Amino acid sequence: MSDHSSGPDGHDGEPIPMLSAEDISVSLGGTDILSDVSLSADCGAVVGLVGPNGAGKTTTLRVLRATLSPDSGTVRVAGDPIDGLSSKQVSQRVASTPQATELSFEFTVRQAVEMGRTPHLGRFDRADSGDREVVDGAMERVDVARFADRAVTSLSGGERQRVLLARALAQETPVLLLDEPTSNLDINHAVNTLELVADLADEGKTAVAAIHDLNLAARYCDELVLLADGEVRAAGPPREVLTSPTLRDAFDAETLVTGQPATDAPLVTPLPDREPVDRTVHVVGTGGQAAGAVGRLVAAGATVSAGVVPAGDAAAERAPELDCPVVTVPPFAGVDDGSRERATELAGAADCVVVAGDVGDANQSVVAAADRVVAVAGEGVPAIESPRTTVATVAELPAAVAGLATRDPRPDDGRRVESREQQDR
Amino acid sequence: MRTHRRTAVWSLALSALLAAVVTVSAGIGPVWIPPADVAQVLLNALVVPTAVEVTGAAVDVTTRPVFRFRVSPIQQQIVMGIRLPRILLAAVVGFALAAAGTIMQGIFRNPMADPSIIGVSSGAAVGAVGFIVVGASLPFGLGLRAAAFAGALVAAFGVYLIATEGGRTPVATLLLAGVAVQTFLGAVVSFLLLNAGESIRRALFWLMGHLKGAAWPEVWSSLALVAVPFALLLVYARDLNVMLLGEEDAQSLGIEVERTKRILLALASLATAAGVAVAGIIGFVGLIVPHVMRLLVGPDHRILLPTSALAGASFLVATDTLARSGSAEVPVGIVTAALGAPFFLYLLRKREVHEL
Repeated sequence: MSDHSSGPDGHDGEPIPMLSAEDISVSLGGTDILSDVSLSADCGAVVGLVGPNGAGKTTTLRVLRATLSPDSGTVRVAGDPIDGLSSKQVSQRVASTPQATELSFEFTVRQAVEMGRTPHLGRFDRADSGDREVVDGAMERVDVARFADRAVTSLSGGERQRVLLARALAQETPVLLLDEPTSNLDINHAVNTLELVADLADEGKTAVAAIHDLNLAARYCDELVLLADGEVRAAGPPREVLTSPTLRDAFDAETLVTGQPATDAPLVTPLPDREPVDRTVHVVGTGGQAAGAVGRLVAAGATVSAGVVPAGDAAAERAPELDCPVVTVPPFAGVDDGSRERATELAGAADCVVVAGDVGDANQSVVAAADRVVAVAGEGVPAIESPRTTVATVAELPAAVAGLATRDPRPDDGRRVESREQQDR
Repeated sequence: MRTHRRTAVWSLALSALLAAVVTVSAGIGPVWIPPADVAQVLLNALVVPTAVEVTGAAVDVTTRPVFRFRVSPIQQQIVMGIRLPRILLAAVVGFALAAAGTIMQGIFRNPMADPSIIGVSSGAAVGAVGFIVVGASLPFGLGLRAAAFAGALVAAFGVYLIATEGGRTPVATLLLAGVAVQTFLGAVVSFLLLNAGESIRRALFWLMGHLKGAAWPEVWSSLALVAVPFALLLVYARDLNVMLLGEEDAQSLGIEVERTKRILLALASLATAAGVAVAGIIGFVGLIVPHVMRLLVGPDHRILLPTSALAGASFLVATDTLARSGSAEVPVGIVTAALGAPFFLYLLRKREVHEL
């Protein structure tokens, strides 16, 4: 057996992934659960399995921990095919925490964590002081040492989940598989648990975790594998995997993907199901209002452009994140003619212009190029002369834009939305 | 280490209890013998080897008694010749049923499982009742007990085969197959009883479980049939702990689940069959004793298995003493159920057994 502690290396010097699955297919009871799923996790990486319910995340983990044999495909741990290893050998390399465990007998927390030492004990061995140190250390790390002598059956779901993680740590394996490790945890323990996983990865462990919270997954995973209907829909760094199109494909849901304020990870905001607004819109304005307008409209399905905005403004940041063309100028430099012309051109081509936040004098001509305007009420919105519709908040923008598209004011729109035709009279 | 010491303390205490129960029980009967006299008779039976002589194939062991108390020959005959074989057989049977019940509850992860859950008792019943009713003579001069023993093992193995597919034996399937086979074998027993004629009383007496007429050879043979599986089960106690986490978890902790399950089922069934073959069907010992001991010592099988077995031995010796000390002998199976069920219900109300 080769030495795994220093990290596996191939014969040609290429690093072998610590854990890999190639073309895994599983069908249970005649239903295909996984089709040709491949993934790999390098030494020290945290790989997140994300995807809708029933996508095959748990099944993938069962295959990876060799408690389910795939119909085809190979799982390798440090290069060795897992089906060639005994249960004991697998358990010395791969530890896993199940989503929930059935415990109908009253073991104490310590006894439950001690079971994690099973892979390292021979049939006639008894746990020695070294084993007890590992158990104590594992309980400390997941913050369950305080109730070491309580019965596992008396714990809450979240506490029990942490006990399972402690058991997996006591196994001292290079690979850790976690099935929804945070599903029952409060936000504090969820973050602590994933911080711990990240620390373990820094210490050289390899972790694969099924995580249903996309934002936690984005924040703590080096790579994500997006599963849907038993297939890998996308794989790679969170930024590449968590995009509106891939999420629409996998979850059949509209989402808005922006950046998490405190980290550079993507932030996914799910949006309610609506008919997409099939219009092109040019957004004029700055600040949170304009950025919100861009986000809402993109999420609603509109094709959006923006400008002119000073670089560094919230709207100037948001638009490129969402792949929207935006005309920017350096801050405090004034608007040059070229920029104004480009923005005016975009506004003229759009079905309507949305005015949100502080527009500034320089943008007056851009707004004037529009043949329809929807304005978000608020300070800084200029008293422009062109006919327009006013909405109270950015949340109402998609409906207002969609309403314009019909050209016929619907009776229920009349309260808030004044149509251009009414104004013309 | 802590577990080891607790196991030793509990086992010693329960062994002392068993010795006390045996001593008192051996004094009880038509002739009352004070426990002190019984103790002297029992201590006189202790011997130490003094010389071993090997002559060809035969090994001659010369022994010397440790104690030489003066006891009355009549008391000596009553205790050693009549009462002790039956008492020791009760101890062995109780030991086996409680140990097997502990194992089955662990395998099925269900505190309601009993030693006969995969059809051992039903199989033994068909073997025994068939032997009594048909009156057939078996080859090699084997009798009623061999028929019951064989029936028990055939039934258990049959249930195992029915529930196994592709090398896997899911416990849920095993449980259902066990129930179905028990029902079927129950029908066979009923049919045999309908046609039993003269022998129906003997068949019913067997079915209710009794230890009447026990003699030394049965004590030694059943002791051997119980001691070997029990020693092996002790080796697997830690694996069984891990199996309580669920089979997938156990496998990911390095347990060869299917192989372990197979071994545990075989050993527990063997011990149960050895007990049932000599004593008939004695209910409740294998269900209630592990239960009570789990309340006292916790679910760790390294301590639960030996303590349950010892407590089961004491329990059956005590109940069999009651069964034989009335004016007419009552089958001990009736006594265990009549005492065990109310006690169990008391625990159920008091200690919330359903949460185990």
